[in-house]
This record gives sequence, C-alpha cells and structure tokens, in this order.
Amino acid sequence: MKAGVIVFPGSNCDRDLAVAFERAGAQVKMIWHKETELPDDLDIVGVPGGFSFGDYLRCGAIAAQSPITRSLIKHTERGGYAIGICNGFQVLTETGILPGALMRNANLKFICKPIDLKVETTDCDFLSGYEKGQVITVPIAHHDGNYNVTDEKLAQLRDEGRIAFTYLDNPNGSTGDIAGVISKNRRVLGMMPHPERCVDEKHGGTDGVAMFRSLVDSVVAA
Amino acid sequence: MKVRVDVMLKTGVLDPQGEAVRHALGNLGFDGVEKVRQGKVIELDLADGTSKEDVKKMCEKLLANTVIENYAIKVL
Repeated sequence: MKAGVIVFPGSNCDRDLAVAFERAGAQVKMIWHKETELPDDLDIVGVPGGFSFGDYLRCGAIAAQSPITRSLIKHTERGGYAIGICNGFQVLTETGILPGALMRNANLKFICKPIDLKVETTDCDFLSGYEKGQVITVPIAHHDGNYNVTDEKLAQLRDEGRIAFTYLDNPNGSTGDIAGVISKNRRVLGMMPHPERCVDEKHGGTDGVAMFRSLVDSVVAA
Repeated sequence: MKVRVDVMLKTGVLDPQGEAVRHALGNLGFDGVEKVRQGKVIELDLADGTSKEDVKKMCEKLLANTVIENYAIKVL
C-alpha cells in the first residue's frame, strides 16, 4: 500500500499525516506541490492540514491551482483514494472534487480543541473500522471550518449517505453539523477534524487509528 | 487596462464577518444599520485587448468561489 502526502508551502500537518499512514502499514512518499505528476503507483493521496499559501484569497484556493493538484484531480477521476484534512478539505472543495465550501467560523474565532464526532456512515473504506452512530473524539484546529452547502445539495448528500461525520455540538456553524463528507464513488474523504492528531496514546486519544487502518486493510485486501 | 472585480457572498449565505461589523457599528452608536455584507475588491492591470471572456474565466477559476460567491466585473 503506497500513500503520497502533498506538501504545499504552508502545509504543517504533512509529517503527522505521513506518520499516521506509516503506523497503519503504508509506505509514504512526500510530494512537493511543484511536481507535475503524482507517482503512478500511489493507492492514496493525502492533502494535509496547514495554511497553504498563507490562506491568501480563500483557504485552499491557490493550492487548488497548483500543478500537482491537477494530477490529484486525475487520480480521483480514475477512482484513486484521497483524503483531505482541514486545509486539505478546503483544497478538495476548492477543486470541486468534493461539494460545498468552507467559510469563516460563525463565531469568527480560531477553534482548537478535541471535539466529539458521530460516525454517520461506515459504507466507505475510510470508515469501515467504526460503527455507525459511534461517537469518536478528534481534535479540531481551524478558523474556516464552517461547511456551507445549499439545501438541495444537503438533501442529496443525506440521500446518498455521503456525510461521513457530524459534530455533536456544532462548533463553527456548519450546515447540517457536517464535519466531513465523502465523494460519490466513496473513495475521497474530506474532513475538518484531524484524525492524524489522535493516533498515539501520547496524543491524548487514538480514535483516528481505525480510519487509517481500515483504509490500508481495504487496499491491501483488494 | 484596469479592471475591478467585486466578489460578494451570495444572497442567503450567512456572512458572519459582516454580521460582526454590523454589531460593532451598533456599539459605536450608529443606529439603524440593518445589514452589513463584507466582500472583496480585486484590481487587475491587464494587457490592452484582454477580453471580458478571459476576465470571466479568471473569476470562475480562481477569483471567486462560485459555490458561495458572486462576482461583478467593471472595466475602469
């Protein structure tokens, strides 16, 4: 199982994400944003958290136009796996790979704390290690995590079972309490909370482990 | 040729920053500020003859996120 982690100027969770993949048994390659092609043999591409390009214009907007991101779009169109966490989620929505947009938190504050999430579906290789309805605790750390979709799109996401996680106590004003969504083919996950920040006892929790492990297991079994 | 692009949140999209500004104006004693919407102004210096079609593409591809924002192009 081979994972790639894209590094933009201003990414700061890239190494944590690499460690989370490695712990789950993946071989990880770091990929600088100026590369024009992803290696062909990658099973999954991770878009890490941070402040790519200083959050200029809109969070993730400039990264979404990076050369490597064009290759990421092709990878997802071919049915490749991808995960975008925090700023990575913002990048995935800016590219249109995932629906919606992430706006400034409703209370205008940067929020950094562990938070309870409800697992809304397990019909996804990232989520099959959890139980539907399970509550997990994962840290959030963002200023722009207020997920915005139209009512029609929200209804569609619900119908198609594409809401991955909801907040038990909505911290940022997100529509439908949404903390993470998956793509139509269920192979791309975007989420504001940081599962890579809870994969070790020393992190204060290990609820993120199941996500990386179930993904690696699914890919290896396939 | 100078072009100005105004980017505003779409009607119906809650604007927490505009709302905070409205509150602050109220605190300063300005009564009757019923609504504040905050947006962005982007000025572009473009080679003469750049088509409006190209500016539109710039807006669609990068300057605005059309999921939540509208844009207006003005040639100055």
